Amino acid sequence: MIDVEDLSVHFGGVVSLDQMTIQFPEGACGLIGPNGAGKTTFFNVLSGFVTPRSGRVVAMGQDLLSMPDYKRARWGLRRTFQTEQAIEKLTVFDNVATVYEHSTRSGKAGRSAAVEAALEFVGLTDVAQQTVRALGAKERRFIEVARAVVGSPKLILLDEPAAGLPDAETALLGGIIRSIPERVGATVILVDHDMSLVQACCDWTAVLDFGRLLASGPTAEVLRDRNVMRAYLGTEEVA
Amino acid sequence: MTAVVSTPASSAPPAHLPLLARITTNRLFEPVVVVVVLLVGLFAIPSFFDSYWIANFTQLAVFSIVCASAGLLYGRVGLVSLGQVASYGIGCWVTMRLAFATTLPYPVLLVIGGLVAAVIGVMIGLPALRVSGLYLALVTLMLAAGMEIVLERTGFPNGGTGFKGVVTTISDIKATRRPSFAGTDVAYYRFIVVGAFVMFMLASYVLSRKPGRAWASIRQSEAAALAAGIDVTRYKLWAFALAAFMAGVAGGLYAGSVPKGMSIDAFNRQSAIFLIAVVIMGGIYSLWGGLLGAFFATCLLKYLTQNVFGHQFWTRFALSLFGFGLLANLIQNTRIAERKGVEA
Repeated sequence: MIDVEDLSVHFGGVVSLDQMTIQFPEGACGLIGPNGAGKTTFFNVLSGFVTPRSGRVVAMGQDLLSMPDYKRARWGLRRTFQTEQAIEKLTVFDNVATVYEHSTRSGKAGRSAAVEAALEFVGLTDVAQQTVRALGAKERRFIEVARAVVGSPKLILLDEPAAGLPDAETALLGGIIRSIPERVGATVILVDHDMSLVQACCDWTAVLDFGRLLASGPTAEVLRDRNVMRAYLGTEEVA
Repeated sequence: MTAVVSTPASSAPPAHLPLLARITTNRLFEPVVVVVVLLVGLFAIPSFFDSYWIANFTQLAVFSIVCASAGLLYGRVGLVSLGQVASYGIGCWVTMRLAFATTLPYPVLLVIGGLVAAVIGVMIGLPALRVSGLYLALVTLMLAAGMEIVLERTGFPNGGTGFKGVVTTISDIKATRRPSFAGTDVAYYRFIVVGAFVMFMLASYVLSRKPGRAWASIRQSEAAALAAGIDVTRYKLWAFALAAFMAGVAGGLYAGSVPKGMSIDAFNRQSAIFLIAVVIMGGIYSLWGGLLGAFFATCLLKYLTQNVFGHQFWTRFALSLFGFGLLANLIQNTRIAERKGVEA
């Protein structure tokens, strides 16, 4: 469980997160909201790139904000970025291995097995020895997910993991994301504008608007909420 | 070449590729080229060229290490450092001083010179960690200027006593001793080629291991590297240390190649900028770029000056082309660095 208490982030005069208080249950959770609602800022706080003005984040009993940024991966935090960040110059295997060797203490022993398992999980075994530069958008997005699940992650933050992918590939990715809690044993927080992806992956969803929690609960109920429809979609029709 | 890109991974290259592509994508291609270049450097060049060109190839071999070290920092980690010439100078000074003061074998002196340069390189790296791109270039340019001032005051050791080891009477000036097995110019040239080979292998080894992958990650995006658990500060300092070690060893190798009395001209600010310019011209990602850059800076420039341009104006024109390339690259690099900031 991730317990967020009274989290505020200000950039100059702009209030990006405004006393956000929320409890994410285990499993796959959605985090949605209009542009500028503070979703990525929340991820950046968890990653340690943004220092909040106030508040606490306790994840699985660990005070996350007290850890140096790079040590959070070793604790079990993983994330992906809106613009994919697969390392162009390395092979697919080395991309995943880099995360493994820097986020676990187990050294070389279990490395190959762990990386191969992660690549198999996302279906990239065939291209393991190819350089990322030679690959397309789909593979790059899937590499990011493989990087997120390798090792023993506890909490995975996915920031629009399907951005730029066609529907069929988004659906495939959705199936993979949905199976992360069970197969990898990590809690997932998924930020995406694609409601069908969020619905497909997440049993539970929270809605942010102007840095405040607008609603949270089972995904189907949240998406039917009138306030959510008004704030998020501007209409009463769920696309 | 698009065929190479779209083919699935396999150990042997597919048969439908053109012959040239089949050769260059073979796993043994690069090791074979390395051996050929090494053999040419060790045996072909000394037997085909006179002493004037051997001196130029000696400089090429030394400079290739410095170019590779600067290329490693820039191409593999994304750090534009103009401080490599300072590390080169530090390694040269320390090796010379110890060569006069001790009877240690020359390879040991080289390692000590490299280590001292590495320690100072890390100290330089610490304050430079907060800046990148053009700004890092400016900070390290100050360092290069500082090094120039220090060297103007101390000079290079030439057989005297005391900390500086400098004598003032011209007749007392001694050349730095060479290893007993590499006394002649040609033998010392070969010794440098072997030294350069060892440094390139060291760089290549480290690049293929955990630090190399961490650097590739940092170069792509520091935010993503941090999120992957990479201690960005530590790996940047590690890069500064390795690059300074390589440049320091190069300085030590250079020390023995100069007949009498080392000039400080090779270690001034202009040299620092010139170095980055030729490194960019040679190519920053591959270590081969270091060799090519050094070739531009030494033999090619000498050849053009003597045989083609035959006039100062054209040499300067060639140099200003290097400068133009440097500026264009730095401006572009700074823009990329700005775009890569953490997305809010």
